[in-house]
Amino acid sequence: MAENISLAFQGIWGHKLRSFLTMLGIIIGIASLITIVATINGTNQQIKENLIGSGTNVINVNLTQNGYVYDFSYSSIPDGVHAITEEDRVYMETLKGVDSVSLFRKRQWVDGVYYKDTSFNGNIYGTDAHFMQVNSMHITDGRGFAEEDLYEHHKIAIVDAKAASSLFAGNSAVGSIIEIKGEPFVVVGICAPDTTSEPVINNLQDYYMYMDTSSGTIYIPISCWDIVYKYDEPQSVAIKAVNTDSMATAGDSVSNYLNERVIENSESPYQYKAENLLEQAAALQELSNATNSQLIWIALISLLVGGIGVMNIMLVSVTERTKEIGLKIAIGAKQRRIRIQFLTEAAALTSIGGVLGVIFGIGLSLLLSSVMGTPVSISVPACIVAVVFSMVIGIVFGLVPAIKASKLNPIDALRYE
Amino acid sequence: MILEMHDICKDYTMGGSIVHILKNIDLTVDENEYLAIMGPSGSGKTTLMNLIGCLDVPTSGSYVFNGHDIPSCSPNELADIRNKDLGFVFQTFHLLPKLSALENAALPLLYGGVRKAERLEMAFEALKTVGLEDRVDFRPDQLSGGQCQRVAIARAIVGKPKLLLADEPTGALDSASGKQVMELFAQLHEAGSTIIMITHDQKIADHAENVKYIYDGVLTGGALYE
Ligand SMILES: Nc1ncnc2c1ncn2[C@@H]1O[C@H](COP(=O)(O)OP(=O)(O)OP(=O)(O)O)[C@@H](O)[C@H]1O
Ligand SMILES: [Mg+2]
Repeated sequence: MAENISLAFQGIWGHKLRSFLTMLGIIIGIASLITIVATINGTNQQIKENLIGSGTNVINVNLTQNGYVYDFSYSSIPDGVHAITEEDRVYMETLKGVDSVSLFRKRQWVDGVYYKDTSFNGNIYGTDAHFMQVNSMHITDGRGFAEEDLYEHHKIAIVDAKAASSLFAGNSAVGSIIEIKGEPFVVVGICAPDTTSEPVINNLQDYYMYMDTSSGTIYIPISCWDIVYKYDEPQSVAIKAVNTDSMATAGDSVSNYLNERVIENSESPYQYKAENLLEQAAALQELSNATNSQLIWIALISLLVGGIGVMNIMLVSVTERTKEIGLKIAIGAKQRRIRIQFLTEAAALTSIGGVLGVIFGIGLSLLLSSVMGTPVSISVPACIVAVVFSMVIGIVFGLVPAIKASKLNPIDALRYE
Repeated sequence: MILEMHDICKDYTMGGSIVHILKNIDLTVDENEYLAIMGPSGSGKTTLMNLIGCLDVPTSGSYVFNGHDIPSCSPNELADIRNKDLGFVFQTFHLLPKLSALENAALPLLYGGVRKAERLEMAFEALKTVGLEDRVDFRPDQLSGGQCQRVAIARAIVGKPKLLLADEPTGALDSASGKQVMELFAQLHEAGSTIIMITHDQKIADHAENVKYIYDGVLTGGALYE
């Protein structure tokens, strides 16, 4: 067998140009396959990283109704849901897998928020003093919330960079006064995520928000929430897990605790539930996969065409080598042997094509990512599968030529000129 | 007795009509016999040779070679017989152009399942027998016609076959190298080989100890040919 393989490679090397042209279909097919898979993988990985929060390990626990996140922007306050107290918050920090906990309330696509004539329609969060630390954010200008801001109901606000630029358009934000539902709030600080690379996206809504045109987020002390919205709105909980692996544990232990403590009736349709980020990632990935997987079919068709090209050339090669085959049969080569020789040659040809295709594909992916900024991630299993697959193509499309060769009549073949 | 043919016929269908190429051939060949078969062009020499060489099957008749009943053998059995018990020398050598003399001579052993080191050693011995031990690494296009035919003979004898078949082995050679090749066959015969040779040339047939003639598909023992 080793002998067969080395002979096959010699044969291919002996016809460099022809072999290369024969492989071209396979090379192009495999290269596009690798590129498509790399793009799909890259997008998926990016989605996952965005959702998991690039290592911030933050997980939100929200009130849900029949499994869906309860949105106070449009709905009334549910019955039988008590407030989460500071004692609860401190206790939750001792639960398994939990590092720190922050309570917050949240509105999306808000209205009634202005700086002078400019209106703001991003997010408003009512947060405690722990929110920034839990969400791995820091103050870049001005100051954050102190405990007394919360006790004393200071009407102050922190804005993120996006909100600052959309509201103040380059003017200094700190010290400006914005109006929320008719109430004046003084901007005291600007915050930013610790990791500057990606926006922190914690759930599906955030993701769409980011994909659309998010105009940023304004944070106010949670104790001031009742000034602008309703006091008894249930809170959400942001948890920083001790590490990425314990995110699920932390989410579960906190939601179980809350359901026992603050939900009056265990049969209630209202339940606290931790966001399952991986599930959400999978949903988003499916969305992006659907568009890309059509491309895979195109790549497969080009592989099919490549396979037919290989079959064509192998048939030519059988005709050209009629005499050689005749001689081999005459001196005792069995049909099986001749078949294996041609199958090996076809498989070697397409395998080399596959390897070259993988190399070109990786190059193309890297080029795409550097020129167009598409996220790519080369998958090693995909590369291995691609090479094995191209080998299989060689065997499948080499079958007809190989059988034709093995069935040659040695008498006619030896006489063939 | 190495082979025994009895009442062998070979027909071809040509454009709907049956052509009888070989007619009721009887032939026996003994161990260490050197037989020459002569006959005009188109008389059926090569056809007979293909039957003897198990490359083709007769239309009718019985053929026993080296104890095998050839018409009842499977293609794989025939391949084995050709590989181990028969050596072929063709008019136009039929060497593989990309292989060296040594590799060409070793080729039948590859199909016989002999290990590589042993193969090359036996091929070298065979090349020594034909006097080409200084040309082992030459490819066919680097060898003269006579040398090519000697490589082909080395390939035919490398597996120590029971029977050596040569179809006009000097047909493509000039007289000097043709003479060398004939001397080689005489030498092999001396050393114990059984040989059947087809030729046009009476002078060449004179090397053989036994000559048969074929006219129009009929084999005769007598010297009817002139
Ligand atoms: N496959 C075939 N189909 C039909 N006729 C054939 C076939 N092979 C050979 N013949 C015919 O059989 C006859 C004998 O051919 P063969 O090759 O045995 O002659 P030969 O004696 O070897 O001649 P030469 O000395 O020219 O080599 C010829 O008339 C040829 O046309
Ligand atoms: Mg002939």
